[in-house]
Amino acid sequence: MIEPSYYLSNIVQELKPSGIRKFFDLAAGMEGVISLGVGEPDFVTPWNVREACILSLEQGYTSYTANAGLIELRKEISHYLKNLTNIEYNPHNQVLVTVGGSQALDISLRAIVNPGDEVIVIEPSFVSYASLVTLAGGIPVPVQTTGDMEFKLQPEELEKAITEKTKAIILCSPNNPTGTCLNKKELEMIAEIIEKYDLLVISDEIYAELTYDEAYTSFVSIKGMEERTILVSGFSKGFAMTGWRLGYIAANPEFLNAMLKIHQYSMMCAPTMAQYAAIEAMKNGKEDVIHMKKSYRQRRNLFVGALNDIGLTCHVPGGAFYAFPSIQKTNLTSEEFAEQLLMEEKVAVVPGNVFGKSGEGFVRCSYASSLEQLQEAVRRMQRFVESRT
Amino acid sequence: MKFTEKEVEILELLENDCRLSAEQIAKMIELTEDETKQLIKNLEDQRIIVDYTAQINWGKVDGHEGVKAMIDVKVQPKRGVGFDEIASRIYRFKEVKSVYLMSGAYDLSIIIEGKSMSEIAQFVSDKLSTLDSVLSTTTHFILKKYKHDGTIFEQEDEDKRIVVSP
Ligand SMILES: Cc1ncc(COP(=O)(O)O)c(C=O)c1O
Repeated sequence: MIEPSYYLSNIVQELKPSGIRKFFDLAAGMEGVISLGVGEPDFVTPWNVREACILSLEQGYTSYTANAGLIELRKEISHYLKNLTNIEYNPHNQVLVTVGGSQALDISLRAIVNPGDEVIVIEPSFVSYASLVTLAGGIPVPVQTTGDMEFKLQPEELEKAITEKTKAIILCSPNNPTGTCLNKKELEMIAEIIEKYDLLVISDEIYAELTYDEAYTSFVSIKGMEERTILVSGFSKGFAMTGWRLGYIAANPEFLNAMLKIHQYSMMCAPTMAQYAAIEAMKNGKEDVIHMKKSYRQRRNLFVGALNDIGLTCHVPGGAFYAFPSIQKTNLTSEEFAEQLLMEEKVAVVPGNVFGKSGEGFVRCSYASSLEQLQEAVRRMQRFVESRT
Repeated sequence: MKFTEKEVEILELLENDCRLSAEQIAKMIELTEDETKQLIKNLEDQRIIVDYTAQINWGKVDGHEGVKAMIDVKVQPKRGVGFDEIASRIYRFKEVKSVYLMSGAYDLSIIIEGKSMSEIAQFVSDKLSTLDSVLSTTTHFILKKYKHDGTIFEQEDEDKRIVVSP
């Protein structure tokens, strides 16, 4: 009998499993659950995109693509980013097609982190950031934000966390789990500090298409930031393509070349059929994106209003499809709240603490669900909150 | 007619689900309930919103299966009134569910509903083809409804996502 733990790497052994996983296991076996626990669109990928994939299969496009992805797709991405950020990324050496935003984050970090380098993660944050920093050999340094400030990063908090070892910061706007968006002015204040301390930024813009109130500002479009920013994005959220595993990176050629090395050895290339589908999404998907975005906005308005009505105070999230209400009035921890709500009322939400310390006292509710489900979920949550206050 | 963005949003929401209350719509599109009610009333008064109905898959209801046919009709238009007069003579029959003026090989497209094929055949031979301006009819029975007015019948609308995900 071998002792597996003897062989496992220390980094992996010390890595904590995602807190979301635990809730998945709890909810998975239950019947009749209304799920607000999902981090993905409730739309199925638009039919023309699925159709393009089927066609590519019929035509026999089943082999590898270039490491960096189909040049046709990279051109479309470059064109798309030009419209979004006003910056021209050369499709030949500044765009890399990845296996989801997830892999894009992974290779961005692995390309820049030396052992012991610190990378700042703004909490509450997407669950992968800190662990990916650790896996890359770096040290994640959390910076907290607060519900009072709608979870917007305060530049002085950022400055306090910076040391000589700080190499980069991961920004995410619109944010998962809070839905918080940073506007141009707020990004400019952050950019000043980035410049002052000569840092890099990994800007996770995967929710860029889904902003509801203010015009979207990409971090790369802030003056001087283009050269120090690795833009990470993907098709999962805006185009409702989570299962296709397709994302991309745009950055200056030296960075991109380094990432391409990792990508080519560990992944070869992103899935070919997904890339053909993505070309169609970029070419003809705009209307679908607008339609989905409109629907999310309407549901946000209804749902966030209803949460506030039942005493779960919640700022109006400017983007993505998450509401992040405070559960403080119930005197439960976020984990107790989520667990008891699931057991008693069969509503699945994600406890805020899995997104970092500042998420404690909050829960993440995805409003990417049908109106009927959202309304029923609020009825059940109201009953639950009343029983606890 | 030109409408504001909010009015169009109301129309889209109601077209999708006419059970939405003015209160719900108001919240979704960020207007007050009174403003929303007023806009809806204006849209009704102008006959932009014509009716509120449900899409029923009658084929699944025993005893209500019914039969539907689309009939292509060629007609002789009349001086002064064109196709309008004959169209209105046709759409007044209660069996007739829709009437469209078409370009192409025939003039009017009619959708008829009846209890049985013979009932429809009888309607066509007795009522429709005997009208003076009707030159010819071609009847196509509808065998199965897959999609109607944007709604896919037989759709399994189940959520395929796992309950909790990143
Ligand atoms: C902020 C953020 N970044 C990246 C991802 C990863 O997305 P994917 O790998 O599906 O492109 C997610 C998914 O939940 C996310 O919320």
